[in-house]
Amino acid sequence: MAKKMNKLNELPRHRIQALWALLTNSYLKGYATGKIYTGKLKHLCVPGMNCYSCPGALGACPIGALQAVIGNYNFKFAYYVAGFLMLVGALVGRFVCGWLCPFGLIQDLLHKIPFPKKIKTFKADKVLRYLKYAILLVFVILLPMFLVDIIGQGSPYFCKLICPVGTLEGGLPLLLLNKSMRSAIGFLYAWKNVLLAVTLFLSILIYRPFCKYICPLGAIYSVFNPISVFKYRVDRDKCIQCGACERVCKMQVDPVKNCNALECIRCGLCKKTCPTGAISSGFFKKIPTDAPKLVNLTEKVINEDTGR
Amino acid sequence: MRAKLDSLKASPVIGPLLAVLGIGMMLYGIHREEVNVVFAKAIKICLECIGIG
Repeated sequence: MAKKMNKLNELPRHRIQALWALLTNSYLKGYATGKIYTGKLKHLCVPGMNCYSCPGALGACPIGALQAVIGNYNFKFAYYVAGFLMLVGALVGRFVCGWLCPFGLIQDLLHKIPFPKKIKTFKADKVLRYLKYAILLVFVILLPMFLVDIIGQGSPYFCKLICPVGTLEGGLPLLLLNKSMRSAIGFLYAWKNVLLAVTLFLSILIYRPFCKYICPLGAIYSVFNPISVFKYRVDRDKCIQCGACERVCKMQVDPVKNCNALECIRCGLCKKTCPTGAISSGFFKKIPTDAPKLVNLTEKVINEDTGR
Repeated sequence: MRAKLDSLKASPVIGPLLAVLGIGMMLYGIHREEVNVVFAKAIKICLECIGIG
């Protein structure tokens, strides 16, 4: 039992997540003065959800940057940010969500808090997974593009109305450190704090609710999961169809059916759990194209054997 | 159609090809000076992001 627990230890991943979060939010002066970093590194985007108004942030949030360029009166398409997201997505897909997103780490840690009833899945779970794609389309692309002011400038509507990351990483520390800002808070601030509180509370009950249902960045990276250079692979000869990988997956992915599913954040738990070592990951992994057929065939044989 | 899509997904060239395309788009974006918009937004406190604007 102890050996199994040790095998499923997520500490190495959390260490990397924490290290990355510290590295990309290491402008210590900002935490002391309540001002944000204004150096040249802010030309660059970070791969995960990381508000650029966080006092320690060294880089730009890709979703905020995407809305800023789309909403700018000079540009209607953001080649720079879209290219960056395509590059990261094509290389590693949602590996970023599992390993390099500070808000992912916060949700991971919150989910470790004991609670009488943890929710693994519920009735609307599958449908709600599509919500993040709608949010990406409406709040990140269409509204900043078309709902513009008199000079043609759009607002970052996702950041303004939905994003709890900005409230947590930017809003709370900046308002604590700046008296003048505290006098400017109103309904919007209260609304965003309610959303943040709901997200944080739900993270205790449900594993990564923001990543599963809301995050537009996860939505973008997810479409690259099946084609990215970094891939997961299931060795059909080694797989004994025990279902251990599916049971352990907190994102409710069945790696045997699709080991590079849109929802997989590449945390590697399935790989650690597999008793026969059938799941592997790496760059340039070849995926057998007949994988779904093999699963169907196995299911058919099992059903015939059990007389169903 | 489904089989074609599966073989496309399994193709080892599609990922690197999109990565190269991504780099190309980034360079074009830098050429169009989009990066200055990103920088200008990132160095000012985003009032919308923190819930004031």
